[in-house]
Amino acid sequence: MEAVYKTPDTLIDTPTHYCPGCGHGVIHRLIAEIIDEKKIKGDTIGIAPVGCAVLAYNYLDIDMCEAAHGRPPAVATGIKRVHPNKVIFSYQGDGDLAAIGLAEIMHTANRGENITVIFVNNAVYGMTNGQMAPTTLLNQKTLTTPQGRSAQNDGAPLRICELLSVLDGSQFVARASVTSPKNIIRTKQLIEKGFETQIQKKGFSLIEVLSPCPVYWRMNSVDSIKFIDEEMVKTFPLGIFKDWEGQN
Amino acid sequence: MMLTDENKKYLLTGNEACAEAAIQAGCRFYYGYPITPQNEILTHMAIRMPQVGGTCIQVESELAAINMVHGSAAAGARTMTSSSGPGISLKQEGISYLAGSELPCVIVNVQRGGPGLGDISPSQADYFQAVKGGGHGDYYTIVLAPGSVQEAADLVYDAFDLADTYRSPVMILGDAQLGQMMEAVVFNKKCEPDSFKKEWALTGANRRKRNIVKSFFSVQGELEEFNAKLQEKFNLIKSKEVRYEEINTENADIVIVAYGTCARICKEVIMKNKLPDIKVGLLRPITLWPYPSQIIQEIAGKVQAILTVEMSAGQMVEDVKLSVLGRCPVHFYGRTGGGIPSPKDIIKKITEIISLKENTTCMT
Repeated sequence: MEAVYKTPDTLIDTPTHYCPGCGHGVIHRLIAEIIDEKKIKGDTIGIAPVGCAVLAYNYLDIDMCEAAHGRPPAVATGIKRVHPNKVIFSYQGDGDLAAIGLAEIMHTANRGENITVIFVNNAVYGMTNGQMAPTTLLNQKTLTTPQGRSAQNDGAPLRICELLSVLDGSQFVARASVTSPKNIIRTKQLIEKGFETQIQKKGFSLIEVLSPCPVYWRMNSVDSIKFIDEEMVKTFPLGIFKDWEGQN
Repeated sequence: MMLTDENKKYLLTGNEACAEAAIQAGCRFYYGYPITPQNEILTHMAIRMPQVGGTCIQVESELAAINMVHGSAAAGARTMTSSSGPGISLKQEGISYLAGSELPCVIVNVQRGGPGLGDISPSQADYFQAVKGGGHGDYYTIVLAPGSVQEAADLVYDAFDLADTYRSPVMILGDAQLGQMMEAVVFNKKCEPDSFKKEWALTGANRRKRNIVKSFFSVQGELEEFNAKLQEKFNLIKSKEVRYEEINTENADIVIVAYGTCARICKEVIMKNKLPDIKVGLLRPITLWPYPSQIIQEIAGKVQAILTVEMSAGQMVEDVKLSVLGRCPVHFYGRTGGGIPSPKDIIKKITEIISLKENTTCMT
């Protein structure tokens, strides 16, 4: 009998440290499936961030490197320059990428560094118990915005895809979510396209994934999915922002 | 500018010599940000790296530079960055990660005056941050202090070998004087980067178990165990890699301890015999970490006093005192903020020390 669904080879079969309802597990699996399908397990090197996904190397069965907070694009650059024919990706959260690591992501994209970035946006700092992220929505309550995020005091949420897509160096920039089977399949297609962008040596690719954080949104899982579909997408519209094949 | 003739002498600044020696030592990945007085390293790399098929990126920040070094080191390559005081301060977080991840690399610090923006003149005021770890956590980096342009080049070769031998960051601690002055230099040291097998490196887990390069330990007790392993390594380095130069220390009345540019100035005092009635010797540490404590301790038992000369308000003198352990008085002469001690200043200080009736108290 043919197995139609199994744990990908690249995904280590172990319980994760992620909270119930978290999106990281789904996104890890998508990456693992793509690596399996493209048969690039022995040619892929990942970079784990500081944040909730700090232990991503415990779940993906490939060569992986830690990076200081915000610096995965710089570490990825250093690896890619040594191994230009390997597939190099960084996996980063919103604090890592859009706050402390904003300079690195902007300049890495601007150099057109031929790497792929998986940017998981859950609008909150999960690892440190739920403080405001650069992508926290206006009026969204967090530990550090107890009255809700105010544009006056905290600024408005940063839209990374929109920012990066105007740079000459970026080649594929897209945003998706993991709120439904349809959206998950779409996310997989976009990440796959990011990897393909790199394999074809087209340049920098980034896929932003809107992902639920029920624990630090103080919501149940169902409401978290609704929050993304009904609230987050207003600030962070899904879609392809830049495509070297000109399909946007 | 192809500097590949090993029989030829080239007239180069210390900065250019460091850059060229790195290339000769097999470094093909350099990341740098402009800051005076080390700019010639970056500009030399920008010319030379493309000639040898290497990579030179002028980065957006010192943070990016040290983290690109992290990536290239993790990928198994010889890699280097350089800067001066303020930039090195920025790199310290990254150096801590490199030490924690046991990654080999070379960092050149062409010291300038501080604190803050300070000035761009020669200084040795980054001694503390170089030899005491510098970033967070329990670690040391090997620190090499050249005293001439030729030695700067030679120590860069050695730095790469030491880095690969011990899987550790190595710092070259120069200063604006050494970086900017020109001297004849020969590039004839033999270097075999490929002799270091890096089975831990990230190359893609093809027909082997995967590798993870990290400094994070989430299980209780693991970090303590790792730190114990690091300390073992540091002790091994301390026992094997101490380097220094001794001049006229035999039967000396006073021995000066100085490194880098200061040692050069002190050497002139001794070689030109400017104090005929006093026997003055020099102990020049070449490794600042590991520090040549043993030899300083031995000297301390035989001399009237030790004089430490630095371009700082008194940093290395603390390690001299820790080595001397009260066996003889330790005096200090220092200049800061771009002030460079002159032979005359040093002679005056030595004369003062000798004229003290009793050298019983430790002075700074």
